[in-house]
Amino acid sequence: MTFSSLTRRSAVLLGASLLMLGLTFEVRADTTILNVSYDPTREFYREYNAAFAEHWKKETGETVNFEQSHGGSGKQARAVIDGLQADVLTLALAGDIDEVANHSDLLPKDWQARLPQNSSPYTSTIVLLVRKGNPKNIKDWDDLAQPGVAVITPNPKTSGGARWNYLAAYAYALDTFGNDDAKARAFVGVIYKNVPVLDTGARGSLTTFVQRGIGDVFISWENEAFLAQAEFPGQFEIVVPSISILAEPPVALADKNADRKGSRKVAEAYLNYLYSPEGQRLAARHYYRPREAQHAAAEDIARFPEVKLFTIDDKFGGWVKAQPEHFGDGGVFDQIYQPGR
Amino acid sequence: MAIDPLAIDTARIPAGNTPPRARFRTPLSEVPWVKFGLTAIAVAFLALMLVLPLAAVFAEAFRRGVEPFLAALVEPDALSAVRLTLFVAAISVPANLLFGLVASWAIAKFQFKGKSFLITLIDLPFSVSPVISGLVYILLFGSYGFLGPWLIANGYQIVFAVPGIVLATIFVTFPFVARQLIPLMEQQGTTEEEAALSLGAGGLRTFWSVTLPNVKWALLYGVLLCNARAMGEFGAVSVVSGHIRGKTNTMPLHVEILYNEYNFVAAFAVATLLALLALVTLVLKSALEWRYGGELAAHGRH
Repeated sequence: MTFSSLTRRSAVLLGASLLMLGLTFEVRADTTILNVSYDPTREFYREYNAAFAEHWKKETGETVNFEQSHGGSGKQARAVIDGLQADVLTLALAGDIDEVANHSDLLPKDWQARLPQNSSPYTSTIVLLVRKGNPKNIKDWDDLAQPGVAVITPNPKTSGGARWNYLAAYAYALDTFGNDDAKARAFVGVIYKNVPVLDTGARGSLTTFVQRGIGDVFISWENEAFLAQAEFPGQFEIVVPSISILAEPPVALADKNADRKGSRKVAEAYLNYLYSPEGQRLAARHYYRPREAQHAAAEDIARFPEVKLFTIDDKFGGWVKAQPEHFGDGGVFDQIYQPGR
Repeated sequence: MAIDPLAIDTARIPAGNTPPRARFRTPLSEVPWVKFGLTAIAVAFLALMLVLPLAAVFAEAFRRGVEPFLAALVEPDALSAVRLTLFVAAISVPANLLFGLVASWAIAKFQFKGKSFLITLIDLPFSVSPVISGLVYILLFGSYGFLGPWLIANGYQIVFAVPGIVLATIFVTFPFVARQLIPLMEQQGTTEEEAALSLGAGGLRTFWSVTLPNVKWALLYGVLLCNARAMGEFGAVSVVSGHIRGKTNTMPLHVEILYNEYNFVAAFAVATLLALLALVTLVLKSALEWRYGGELAAHGRH
């Protein structure tokens, strides 16, 4: 084989490749739903998608395919704004979907009122994950502010979960110090001084804590903490603080994308099915607290400890107020956290 | 009688009462402990930084035996990642072969204004961070980008889809072929082409029979490096991918996802494929150097 024939082959290959590239633009016949979600929902939506596809096939005879994209909640919102063609958004907090509504015309600004329960079919909360035997004897939020305790939590600027973490600690301080804002700030500041690494996302932080063995306590989504316990049995314990936040991960339809792709009907049914008994059962199975516990398996519900929960509306006036006040440029978090101190 | 001055010098040393024989050494060699010490440090460093991590990848991949390893490779999402990676390489490597050949031909064989500027442009992807290489395509083809709104309205999805991944890969691997060819072509000069032309060959004939055969091994070498990078690129591709499972995840992205899912065996199994690819590339590269060292020596190696 001479070299020039090799080059000619490459040329043929190039032509064929370009042809294939053209084919990828072709529209598919079946409806395909792209669900853009955040990190810890991977296992849940894998199972839920299969359940919904079966339900939809039975109901209408149509086949529906799913595509999943997972990543840090803020990052995913950014990608959707930039053109990731999501049909539905299932992110970590309303603030991130608000960003999409504010920076694009994909969905109306009042999206959260369109589905029941603040558009959050399942909830979660923030708990503390410690190493086996709880060597630093961590019982509640105030133990995180003790000297010599290394706390692992991601950066609230980039991670949705980290904002819930921050607000949960802040609310505890407000409660403890009789709503004295200055004392609460100082308290949260001390906790963040105990943080050796601020990763960008919850999964990154968990890897720091679990794989790299850094830190004494990991502030975590309840479902992530359960997952970590299941993956690494006997290595970690969950500590439930005296008070925590009711985290409401919301879901929303990206109207403009769904209308262009002609998937609105399926996408809406997909989101509504999350509230159905089957959706609630699967959420509980994957460590999310269902809105309607009676539909879930009793042993799944039994795993959730009783915690005094408050909502972000109670303590912080909702995301619309809390987001700029605490996490905006020059906000409270910027004031209390200076890296390298 | 001619006297060798060196012979006299060496003869004098034992005659004098200065250093004993055992401590004599030439100025070009070091004392044994320095020699062994430096070699040991180099070997230990190589083992720690290269061999051990590579061995760890294989050890992790086979930690639970061969079956989970194979299962991880035939899983639909993994297969689709392999397919996508091969597909992207099958477009970007030939494209850069063409661009690289044409660009280096123009630069090495002709004189024109703005030549050094063109060389700088070709080098650009080497010097910018892959994140930027990805973000430029978001700025260009994103929903609020320069061309994005029109393209999306007409049903063409560039970023967060396969075309964006191909574009980003082409951008990142752009310099590899040209960087290999330009120094060699410049060194070879234009005399052989001039001879061919004066013997009556046309431009295209000259290119196929003279220019191309002269650089074929360097070209292959460049293509090899280009291919390795095209399949292994993470940063730029991660920015434009959108991480849709089974659709826009290349192998490096798939490895990250599996790792984040605590699926370590599968993550390292796919990583093994990438490592094998690197090893094959290295073997081919060494074979080329060994066989055609002379032709390749004309330019700097990687």
